[in-house]
Amino acid sequence: MTTTSSNKGNFISDIKRFSPLLKNLVSKDFKLKYRRSVLGVAWSVLNPLFTMLVITTVFGTLLKVQVENFATYYILGFSIWNFFSEATSLSISSILTAAPLIKKVYIPKYIFPLEKCLFALVNFLFSLIAVTVVMLCQGVAPKLTTLLIPIPIFLCFIFACGASLFLSAATVYFRDIQHLYGVFLTVLMYLTPIIYPLSLLDGHQFILKVVTLNPITQYVEYFRNLVMYGTTPSLESNLLCIGYSVLMFVIGALVFKKAEGKFILHI
Amino acid sequence: MNKENAVELRNVEMHFNMSKEKLESLKEYFLKLVKRQLHFEDFVAVDNVSFDIKKGDVFGIVGLNGCGKSTTLKIISGILKPTKGTAETQGVIAPLIELGAGFDMDLTARENIYLNGSVLGYSKKFMDSKFEDIVEFSEMREFLDVPMKNYSSGMVARIAFAIATVTTPDILIVDEILAVGDFQFQQKCEDRINAMINDDTTVIIVSHSIEQIERLCKHCMWLEKGKIKMIGEAAEVCTAYKNS
Repeated sequence: MTTTSSNKGNFISDIKRFSPLLKNLVSKDFKLKYRRSVLGVAWSVLNPLFTMLVITTVFGTLLKVQVENFATYYILGFSIWNFFSEATSLSISSILTAAPLIKKVYIPKYIFPLEKCLFALVNFLFSLIAVTVVMLCQGVAPKLTTLLIPIPIFLCFIFACGASLFLSAATVYFRDIQHLYGVFLTVLMYLTPIIYPLSLLDGHQFILKVVTLNPITQYVEYFRNLVMYGTTPSLESNLLCIGYSVLMFVIGALVFKKAEGKFILHI
Repeated sequence: MNKENAVELRNVEMHFNMSKEKLESLKEYFLKLVKRQLHFEDFVAVDNVSFDIKKGDVFGIVGLNGCGKSTTLKIISGILKPTKGTAETQGVIAPLIELGAGFDMDLTARENIYLNGSVLGYSKKFMDSKFEDIVEFSEMREFLDVPMKNYSSGMVARIAFAIATVTTPDILIVDEILAVGDFQFQQKCEDRINAMINDDTTVIIVSHSIEQIERLCKHCMWLEKGKIKMIGEAAEVCTAYKNS
């Protein structure tokens, strides 16, 4: 068997060899997140529930946003949003925190952002329990189309991976990005119909345009339509979702691949 | 590459950009870019180095601090890509991870053994079968379920050494790790390395302990400021190095 330094990085063999590492890292993050907390994993369910209570009180009851079953509407949007924002904001510094390892052993570096995305995915799956609880409480009947939710989840995951690859690579060169990204996320959140319905924007054509073009809006709407309204998204929105995911992933992967060779000189 | 060689380095050069100040923010970067003040100083850590390590050899690298020893090791293990030249290796490389690099100090030793095993690319099943060996060798059984942040550095080194040497890799890279641990454990490590040497593992050792190099190595390379000052039989090189 011959391995040369230059051809290290064969994707298929790397993925096979390092998939236990990926699994171990995810389980490590999960263990450390809840170690020494009394309720442990239950927090993955309780957290979205509590946020939902606060938001529903403020926007549903006090500000009276006109949406039927606001709590369900909100928590569906929020969980997808939270998945994306958690995945990317954890990934953004993943290469930097893995510096001690990267400096000592050969590991394919995309493992680190990918791991954070998987970790966020696991958390998201737990938050689906919270979604179910809210739907039961509000008496929203389950729809048959709910069976299709792996599609938007997968597409959103691919999108998040792409964004994470891009962000984690860029952060190695410019640390400011981590701080800027927090602000960017806040803006992006308000440009996503999580606490308001799209109909609220009627008459504000420009903002409506921006909000509809926001990729996260597409995933949120896709997910919500399946679970809450029992409708399957149009061909157009399907294509849009796939397009966004593929595009983001390709950009992220290309940037990451170009940058990763020099990570070690900057971390 | 030659079938008899485990490692072949050909005209390897490693350059680093030594910017006077590290630019880590976008604002700084653009300001400097606009003002055309982006200066980088080229620093050559390894300069036109070529050598072969035969299969089954025990190869030592000596030299003063900053002469390029660790950089050379990193090039061999594939962590750094050389700026110029080629580095080829044959076989599975197990780097002895420096103290705690692959460990998460909040996890227990038990969890870290599995984590570290997967860092080296070993499967869970494989680690299960070797777990006893590792525990036995490191003599850390009582502390298995203690978070590693409560370990002393010697204890961490024991676990690290036990994991890295649990397989018989084709190439073992040992970077100063033998300096930690008490004399008994050092003896144990040396015994294990000797056992590997008999098993035809190629071992590359970097150490500041000349005695250790003399005792363990067959061949040795002396680096000075990134260049090969001398290469050959371990005894000769070590004598020359000591007299310099």
